[in-house]
Amino acid sequence: MDIQRITSPGGITAYLVEHHDNPLISLRFAFRGGSAQDPDDKGGLAYFVTGMLDEGAGDMDAASFQEREQELAIRMDFNAARDLITCSYQTLTARKDEAFDLLKTVLTEPRFDEDATERVKGQILAGLKLDQNNPVNVASRAWSELAFQGHPYSRPIKGSFETVPGITAADLKSYADRVFARDNLIVVAVGDIDAETLAKDLDHIFGGLPEKAQLTPVPDAKLATGPIREIVEMDIPQSIVQFGLKGIMRADPDFLPAYVLNYIIGGGGFNSRLMEEVRVKRGLAYSVNSSLFPFQHAAVFMGRVATKNEAVAESLSVIKQELSRIAEAGPTEDELEDAKRYLTGAYALRFDSSSSIANQLLFLEVEGLGVDYVHERNDLIEAVTLEDVKRVAHRMLDADRLITTIVGKPVAAEADPALGEMA
Amino acid sequence: MSEALSPAESTSSRKVHEFFLDNGLQVIVIPDHRAPVVTQMLWYKVGSADDPKGVSGLAHFVEHLMFKGTEANPPGQFAKVLARNGGEFNAFTRNDVTAYFERVAKDRLPTVMALEADRMSNLRFSADEVKSERDVVLEERRSRVENTPAAILQERMMSALFPGHPYGIPVIGWYEEIEGFSPEAAVEFYKRYYAPNNAVLVIAGDVTPDEVKALAEEHFGDIPASETLEPVRVRPVTAAPSEPVVIHVADPRAGRITVQRYFPVPSYPSAKPGEAEAIDLLMRIVTGGAAGKLYRRLVVEEKLAATAGGGYVRPLRDTGMLAFDAIAAEGASAEQLEEALTRFLAELRDGNISEADLTRAKSSYLAQFVYAADSQDELAAHYGGFLSAGLTLDQIEAWPERIDNVTVADIGKVAATYLDPARSVTGILEPSAETLAA
Repeated sequence: MDIQRITSPGGITAYLVEHHDNPLISLRFAFRGGSAQDPDDKGGLAYFVTGMLDEGAGDMDAASFQEREQELAIRMDFNAARDLITCSYQTLTARKDEAFDLLKTVLTEPRFDEDATERVKGQILAGLKLDQNNPVNVASRAWSELAFQGHPYSRPIKGSFETVPGITAADLKSYADRVFARDNLIVVAVGDIDAETLAKDLDHIFGGLPEKAQLTPVPDAKLATGPIREIVEMDIPQSIVQFGLKGIMRADPDFLPAYVLNYIIGGGGFNSRLMEEVRVKRGLAYSVNSSLFPFQHAAVFMGRVATKNEAVAESLSVIKQELSRIAEAGPTEDELEDAKRYLTGAYALRFDSSSSIANQLLFLEVEGLGVDYVHERNDLIEAVTLEDVKRVAHRMLDADRLITTIVGKPVAAEADPALGEMA
Repeated sequence: MSEALSPAESTSSRKVHEFFLDNGLQVIVIPDHRAPVVTQMLWYKVGSADDPKGVSGLAHFVEHLMFKGTEANPPGQFAKVLARNGGEFNAFTRNDVTAYFERVAKDRLPTVMALEADRMSNLRFSADEVKSERDVVLEERRSRVENTPAAILQERMMSALFPGHPYGIPVIGWYEEIEGFSPEAAVEFYKRYYAPNNAVLVIAGDVTPDEVKALAEEHFGDIPASETLEPVRVRPVTAAPSEPVVIHVADPRAGRITVQRYFPVPSYPSAKPGEAEAIDLLMRIVTGGAAGKLYRRLVVEEKLAATAGGGYVRPLRDTGMLAFDAIAAEGASAEQLEEALTRFLAELRDGNISEADLTRAKSSYLAQFVYAADSQDELAAHYGGFLSAGLTLDQIEAWPERIDNVTVADIGKVAATYLDPARSVTGILEPSAETLAA
């Protein structure tokens, strides 16, 4: 795959992969900042902003804008994550100029009209109401609050009933003015466009943004010390359990071994230890998994299991046991080889559509790895040794320190002292 | 306003190939040389609508059992081999089809073909595996349905929409019938339906038709056709509701009031020429995102809904359905929202679609083909899904033209015919008085 680095006449850089067999262009870009930039009393602000960007821009109100979107058949999707606002913007080649013009208007002249603001606020609040009764969401929110007390990461990205009602159009505009700028912008383009055309289009789309963002500095987070456990009672037949520990930061040399280790523990679907022990051997759950989350200011190793209320205690006990076993003895040589073979073989699958290619390249840039990483990555995975993963397992998997939230009506979970103090 | 998008502007330059093996296996090849990756999708023309009476969920259960091993590949081996080869895999069961798919680096295609060919005819059913997988399916039902009032309501609505037709029975099956699954029932079902003459193999990616032909012959060529397959899948004639049905569910877990309405309509395989296309475009105009008329009316103008949408459920073989749904705005009652929906649909039935609406919807629809062509998965799903529901390759390829030919009069006709309140099922979900939090 040929990845070009483009610099526009105005100094905006982007990565480009050209494909001319399908008349489609995919842009993927991000602004650093995300929901961590929400003021404390305005949790949900970044998320609200992303919901407003198709509700009017320039001289188009919401209705005209949405009609225009449909007319041009563009696909625009903004997303707020903890440290980033990302956007996927796709257009047919036949509509490129009008589509890029529209994007420029969205970024430089968002509207935040009163009626649109009220409507989207209503949708967000409706969503929060639904989330309130969704045990997966409840477990996740409770976990972040428990683990990141006092840090912006403890706040839900979507905000809460306490914070969202008070967000005004002025707040939304203030966020956009502060965060949408050229010095915290990262851009990738994939598809039916050449370097020269893209360079000109970059200046057209992004050139009108302010040069510098005004980001509030975010401190590094310190995870709460476990073991801690919180039970949120909900009258449902199946409990959702979320469990986690401090993870490994992306820039840490132990990250790749941790990534391989996570695949072995719970990232590999049916090939993982947790799936084998909890679902396959004991039929305790339909799903159990684990992931690594390296944020900008914290890193987390986290998993989830869904199981009937009567089986929560046993499931947690099995999970804890398995994590301790791996921390003690590490994975086996076979498990390591299988994991490496999967991860290196599967890497190519991430590059099979314009949007997936764009996504991969964007995140390489965000993480500061550079696009050459694409060609180095498999060698780095191959280089991970059994010693490396054993060391990282020992470093990371302190199963006695699990931070756990349980949503449901778990039976007899109270009786297990090993699960820690109630929060 | 821009000119309408033409069918020519919405096609990629790639060509789709089709051939049949002697044993009846239909093979589709979709070349895409951007990355050395290939997607294999095997569609069996059997789904929950083929479950024997009293054994609902059997097709879905057999899908689970397909991962439980053969002579050559004992339990767990399938997942191990895929992992060893850096592949991804999954499967799903719908009303008329069960599909299995893998994505791998292109040089691993022979390996995954061998795996699918093996489990097409050599699956083994041990009593222990059957029992433990039954528990897993019960757990799945618990997490997808029993834990979710919206899913509970949906089951009841489908029952009312398709009385006497298997589409009215949940794909996962009823709880008690799942509990009753036996290895014998599973074996019989498998032997009848899992055969080359009942399957469509789709290969999309960095391959040529000749390569695929040789591989398909090698791996699937010797598998005998099923002789107990019915010549045509026998399904009851669809009855529709003859008067409006309204179902209320009150549940402490429901966060907001939601109102949904379903109508039975023809599906692509069962419709008269041009009808399904007209229905499809009607729904794009009405329920296509924020520019859709339903959203515009209920959310923006009348402010009774926080969000509103819907769609045309396709592909289904025997008959299809339209769905309209809305989540109530704060302070709006179920009655108000329902009344507004009824009024909106009555106006739609009387005909208020303009030429401009239609042009915009066509552009958006045709563009979808370009977007789909970007993804091997989507292409494989598109062709596989419609071929196994009964369309031919020519019919699928001529789709952009047929969409382009739809007129405002066509839309008016399907709206008047099918948005008949007498044949609708409405579901209302409301939070009940008790709350869930302790």
